Amino acid sequence: MRIRQHPILMFTEKQKIQFYYNGKQVYGYDGDTIASALHALGIKNLSHSIHLKRARGFYCAIGNCASCNMEVNGEPNVRTCITPLKKDMDVKQQVGKGRPYDA
Amino acid sequence: MHKEVIIIGAGPAGLTAASQLLKIGVEVMLIDRNDLVGGQLTKQTHMFFGSEKQHASKRGIDILTMLDEKLKQYPNKLTVFTQTTVVGLYNDKVVTCIKDDRYFKLSADAIIIATGASEKSLPFENNDLPGVYAAGAVQTLMNVYGVKPGHKVLMVGSGNIGLIVSYQLMQAGVHVVGLVEAADHISGYLVHASKIKRLGVDLWMNTSVKKAIGVDSVEAVEIWQLDDQWQGIPGTEKQLEVDTICIAVGLAPLTELLQQIGAEVVYIRELGGNVPRVNKHYETSINNVFACGDVTGIEEASSAMIAGEITGIETALKLGYHVPNHTAKLTQLHCDLDTLRQGPHGSKIRQGIAKLGVQL
Ligand SMILES: Cc1cc2nc3c(=O)[nH]c(=O)nc-3n(C[C@H](O)[C@H](O)[C@H](O)COP(=O)(O)OP(=O)(O)OC[C@H]3O[C@@H](n4cnc5c(N)ncnc54)[C@H](O)[C@@H]3O)c2cc1C
Ligand code: FES
Repeated sequence: MRIRQHPILMFTEKQKIQFYYNGKQVYGYDGDTIASALHALGIKNLSHSIHLKRARGFYCAIGNCASCNMEVNGEPNVRTCITPLKKDMDVKQQVGKGRPYDA
Repeated sequence: MHKEVIIIGAGPAGLTAASQLLKIGVEVMLIDRNDLVGGQLTKQTHMFFGSEKQHASKRGIDILTMLDEKLKQYPNKLTVFTQTTVVGLYNDKVVTCIKDDRYFKLSADAIIIATGASEKSLPFENNDLPGVYAAGAVQTLMNVYGVKPGHKVLMVGSGNIGLIVSYQLMQAGVHVVGLVEAADHISGYLVHASKIKRLGVDLWMNTSVKKAIGVDSVEAVEIWQLDDQWQGIPGTEKQLEVDTICIAVGLAPLTELLQQIGAEVVYIRELGGNVPRVNKHYETSINNVFACGDVTGIEEASSAMIAGEITGIETALKLGYHVPNHTAKLTQLHCDLDTLRQGPHGSKIRQGIAKLGVQL
């Protein structure tokens, strides 16, 4: 789902960044947020609502709404739409409010 | 850390306020939760509307580069915190922030709130499915990260944002299946509407979304016609195969921080919802706390930049700085704002400001 050709913007191939999604090894690119990397891989479903367990994707993409919360490196409720992707990040679909985090 | 002024939000309003203050010689801390400064400008690849003076016919991303260059002239007086979210604001001008898991405090003599706005959502069945995205979010995904939101999109709302993002989707190679609008006319500029119409996008007036269809993400959408009370007319439903529903039904000012410190906030529909009651110096009901840009009423980047300049000057004056020719400068800036708000598209904002009862 990456844009290859654009009349105004240049999207040159950037450095690949390896990370984990639900334990599986996947790739994003330098400059991605966690959410943009997942979306480019076709992963839109980021978490589930707390009570009815309905699928949740991102909504605002600027850190306003918390719809994109996921568990990152064991920490729950990370707004993945504004969190830059880093090498070896362990990104998981969050269950409910997330497990308690041991910092 | 203490500085004379803290600016929360580095969109066009915050950036111009900063550059005015720095020019006058005031120390500034600029805070934004994004990793890039620029607010909404970071994703605006289209030529701007507005007046020549406010850079009309330049692209948002280029205006941003220009503003950013100006700030670089003052490395000693400016501290920028990006990826930093302000979570608390207190009466003694203490600001609490989170950056990289770290929680810290900053303080200042005056604070400018330029937090902009957040996009509204729209009630319909299954509006929480992944694939239902705010238009600005789709724009960020495409124009900042280079990722397409999906393959087939229905756009909801015919304001300038809906029209411009439809065009940008096509530029990214995404199929825009159509655009629905609840009113009986296009609410944005007709030039934008004709552009996408010429490219083959159907524009359906008096129409809205009945429901999204899908299990884990959007697979289709059902739209229907509305009567003159904006109620759906049974029997007019039509299903479209789409994987993305893009919501462009307006923005609401981000006033949480202002409400936290107890600044007076009033509901004015024409300005987008709850807005701080500012006086003509853009000062809120709390001493030395100022607000400007979309947070004081949804408008445009052009007006946010002028309001930012005014607020920068006013804040410096309030802190006791001498600003040469300030009366003439402020008069000119207010005059520029009036000019921008002329014409039929400015009528809503004029009404809103009239309700606020000050000369902004
Ligand atoms: C698709 C689209 C097209 C547009 N086209 C035009 C156009 O052609 N011409 C025009 O004049 N205008 C246009 N606009 C409108 C214009 O972009 C906005 O009016 C303008 O950006 C408002 O500026 P601002 O500085 O008030 O807010 P914003 O640009 O929204 O910036 C606010 C900043 O504050 C930050 N922030 C918010 N809360 C916090 C917090 N708690 N902690 C830290 N940081 C925070 C945000 O991250 C953001 O960077 C368009 C808008 C959109 C969405
Ligand atoms: S999508 Fe709204 S906070 Fe991330």
